[in-house]
Amino acid sequence: MGLTHEHELHKRRRGRNAGVGLVLAAFIAILFGMTIAKIGGGAYSPETRAAQQQTEGGNGS
Amino acid sequence: MTDASVTSPAQTGDAEFKDYFALLKPRVMTLVVFTAFVGMLAAPTPINPFLGFCAILFIAVGGGASGALNMWYDADIDALMKRTAGRPVPTGRVDASEALAIGLVLSGFSVVFLGLATNWLAGGLLAFTIFFYVVIYTMWLKRSTPQNIVIGGAAGAFPPMIGWAAATGDISVASVLMFCLTFMWTPPHFWALALFVKGDYDKATVPMLTVTHGRRATRVHIIVYTALLAALAVGTGFTQVGGPVYLATAVVLNALFLKGAVDIWRRTEDQAEADGYVTEKKFFKLSLLYLFAHFGAILIEAGIDRLGGYPWA
Repeated sequence: MGLTHEHELHKRRRGRNAGVGLVLAAFIAILFGMTIAKIGGGAYSPETRAAQQQTEGGNGS
Repeated sequence: MTDASVTSPAQTGDAEFKDYFALLKPRVMTLVVFTAFVGMLAAPTPINPFLGFCAILFIAVGGGASGALNMWYDADIDALMKRTAGRPVPTGRVDASEALAIGLVLSGFSVVFLGLATNWLAGGLLAFTIFFYVVIYTMWLKRSTPQNIVIGGAAGAFPPMIGWAAATGDISVASVLMFCLTFMWTPPHFWALALFVKGDYDKATVPMLTVTHGRRATRVHIIVYTALLAALAVGTGFTQVGGPVYLATAVVLNALFLKGAVDIWRRTEDQAEADGYVTEKKFFKLSLLYLFAHFGAILIEAGIDRLGGYPWA
């Protein structure tokens, strides 16, 4: 009887932990996706940066 | 520790994941997500699809956070009302302090991440919405004035403005019109509900119009606000938000909504009691369709614009 009851409790906790785990995994995926979306499209690639610096240097001289 | 205390789902700390999810008021979230989505897509500035998805998610989380904070603060009156007695805090499945912590953490998280994903105007609007719903509506207006849902309705009206701001970084006439539509829709929607869950607000001594001014006055208020809403909703059809599809939707639905309001106004309390508030319940259901259809039509108009507009325009 007692064991069955413990199982019920553990099942609830396992479900909660799995839910929190999934939320954390989704959070990581979202952070990754946001990073790619923000810096993607070559906007921050070394080549673009170098070209930007060259333009800034050219404008400054 | 007895068996009962081990197995009782009401024991603090034994909540299931779905109980925490219920704290976020998922049904209200549907409205928030949909209207914010429409606000974002109706905006003339396109947004990166993934950032758009994130923005809607953070707006939904912010809405959910304010729901959790509302459940923390209102646990005492929620326990007294049949409609809300099954919520996680009054039933004891989630501790009130946990609801507070979850609400605060998710509020901060949603505002910061919406700001980072899109812009700080959108983040600031979301922060103001949460503040308005929790402090102005829940803590102040709800328990002190029958105008609680009229003014408090602003909180539920902000999401399309936030969606628009997330895409464009500004506030415009179009986004304010979408705000006004939801703002004006809220009072008749809630007063119809208050008419058929009457015992609830009495018991909890929440000063709803039905409690403070009586049921006849509430019926009059419903028809007045519905007429004002109809003028606004149909008038919006002639602005940049509207178009033929929106206008047709608005004309049909506002005619039906006005008819419903007139039916409610003409009924006596005895008639309503006798048939179990059929007309009031029908009006409430129609109000849900009303809002979704109006925003759906705005979405269709935005889609037509993206595809090059109407051939005759």
